[in-house]
Amino acid sequence: MTTPVTNAGIVGRGNAAGAQLFRDWFQGLSAAAEQGRGAAYVFVMGSLAELLRVFDFPIVFPEINSLQAAVRRVAHEYLNEAENYGYSPDICGYVKADVATQLRGGAHPMGKIPKPALAICTNACNTYIKWGEIWERMYGMPLFTLDVPGSRGAGLASPRGGDDFERDRRYVEAQLGELITLCERVSGQRFDVDRLREHLRHANELTTGWQRVLELNRSRPAVFNALSDGTIYLGVANGFRGTPEGAAFFRDLVEEMAYKAAHGIGTTIEERWRLVFVGVPCYPIFRRFGELFTDWGGVFVNSTYLRFASGGANLGFVYDLARPIESLAEGVLLGVRHAMDSMFFQTDALVEMIDTHAADGIVYHPIKSCRTVSTGLADTRRALMARRDIPSLFVESDMMDRRVVSEAQMKNRVDAFFEGLGARRHQAAAS
Amino acid sequence: MAYAAGVDVGSTQTKAIVLDETRRIVGRSLTETGANVMRAADTAFREALASGDLREEEVEFVVGTGYGRYKVTFGNAQVTEISCHARGAVQLFPRTRTVLDMGGQDTKAIRVAPSGEIVDFCMNDKCAAGTGRFLGAAAVALDLPLAELGPTALKGERAVKISTTCTVFAESEVLSWLGKGKKIEDILLGVHESIAARSIGLLRRVGIEEEVTFTGGVTKNRAMVETLNRRLGLTVNVSDDAHFIGAIGAALFALDRIAAGRAPASPAREGA
Repeated sequence: MTTPVTNAGIVGRGNAAGAQLFRDWFQGLSAAAEQGRGAAYVFVMGSLAELLRVFDFPIVFPEINSLQAAVRRVAHEYLNEAENYGYSPDICGYVKADVATQLRGGAHPMGKIPKPALAICTNACNTYIKWGEIWERMYGMPLFTLDVPGSRGAGLASPRGGDDFERDRRYVEAQLGELITLCERVSGQRFDVDRLREHLRHANELTTGWQRVLELNRSRPAVFNALSDGTIYLGVANGFRGTPEGAAFFRDLVEEMAYKAAHGIGTTIEERWRLVFVGVPCYPIFRRFGELFTDWGGVFVNSTYLRFASGGANLGFVYDLARPIESLAEGVLLGVRHAMDSMFFQTDALVEMIDTHAADGIVYHPIKSCRTVSTGLADTRRALMARRDIPSLFVESDMMDRRVVSEAQMKNRVDAFFEGLGARRHQAAAS
Repeated sequence: MAYAAGVDVGSTQTKAIVLDETRRIVGRSLTETGANVMRAADTAFREALASGDLREEEVEFVVGTGYGRYKVTFGNAQVTEISCHARGAVQLFPRTRTVLDMGGQDTKAIRVAPSGEIVDFCMNDKCAAGTGRFLGAAAVALDLPLAELGPTALKGERAVKISTTCTVFAESEVLSWLGKGKKIEDILLGVHESIAARSIGLLRRVGIEEEVTFTGGVTKNRAMVETLNRRLGLTVNVSDDAHFIGAIGAALFALDRIAAGRAPASPAREGA
């Protein structure tokens, strides 16, 4: 939900600035593509953007490219092209949209995407690795896989401060050393630790801001919609991590959200229901999907997506600039673990969101093309119901593929969910 | 005497019910929905009025439900058929805790609280497997009227295994079994087993708690009722009015609104 700019000059500027930053980013990528510069392809869970910026790589997030194609309502063209090329309808829609982008020489609705000079993935998502292998076959460039230990530990992984944690951290640090060597070779630039410190400093400001913005949505009414507005902020948190622009954006955004909270300013609708979103948004009908909820006065006050798709940036981890590489390893280790726990072991996170954000209901959105995100949501729902008496809705569609999005059926379920919430509130008031 | 009406515009048929203040059914109608949804809603409502010898102005509140609920242009409010089936089922069978509604294009499993409040629900996804449409496809493939599907299936002894979950492919699978020399009654029994299995899968997702009330047009199919009973190990409630339960629920919500003096009340809402 886009909030209009008011006379205060503060309200709504985050959305406008975020959209402008995105346009600038893709313009930069287009320029890099025209100049024939090779990019670093990275993923949102463990992007290592802070490190890659030291080598001046243009940074490409293929996941963001793909979702942007869906938001701009052309994803089906890309999906069809990849399927005509031989990819199965059952394969991740993000992957297929990217494959079609590559087949089109980088042509994308927001500009031109440069080819990869290298790609970095973590073991956070199994598809990341198979996806990277596609680029390897297409371009023969190096693919670096960062193995993050204990990323599916549900809080049982080595706790911070212990010997096991330190061993895990050193294991990641050693891999970062290998990556630095690879980056030097591919870019032709020497590693500069002072530049890394500078990017870490910007990242620190961004992540602490991100954490604060999420906290500020505890306000009633909520100061932003975690599904619509939150996705804009998430995009900036990923795409501008480690940059002065990203740091400034979140500095301003904290100011905007604090102002709204202090003045009781919510989103553009009258808030009747406070909801938590679980999963990945329905990008093919992104605006309409949100309206199915806002039409009833439903505002998403938090979302697991804002955790795992930011690579755990919501933790607000602050790098120790006195020991940058050691601290970067620690931040990646904690961030990726947290992102994974936010996806696979959501119950604790959801209980916390319900309690701190005073949620009235939970909306689970499993999607056809991502088993990683969707598998286990039914278990999560059952586990949560055992701990909190809160209504929930299961509504299935996809993050990319319009062919499996049935708006009429979706609306029916959403309407019934709100009718149930209404009946519940009505009876609670009567009793 | 105040009257309230519910108009349930389904994908294949439109049902209308008029209730008096004592919740007694005083008018009813059923018509094919067809391509003109607004006309179907209007026709069903007028026929229901006529069956009760009522005039339109005597009906104080109309609630539209079903996929075409927003096409009930003369309606005062809309409520989803999920809420309406739950409400109607609890009205007819007060001990209902689980509702299975099998309609033309979707099947819904609904768990309800004693108050009639929806505790949980789930539906078939975008595909129509496990719905009335699945039976329709089989009827076309076997060149049988819909009304004969149940009686024929009840004569089956060895159900064939229908492996597809797709309504479109079900037709070709039925034909392939015919080609292999299987009896029509065994094939149809297999079709009923397949639909029942998928429906029970939905029920399990919300949790099966007795009593279970079966609603929707497929309730007329005796073979489906018996297959469900056998697979569930219980006897589902089936009313002679099962086809109208959505419309009855809608009319009950309309009565609520009259009682509330048309003040905004949950779960029905004005317009939208």
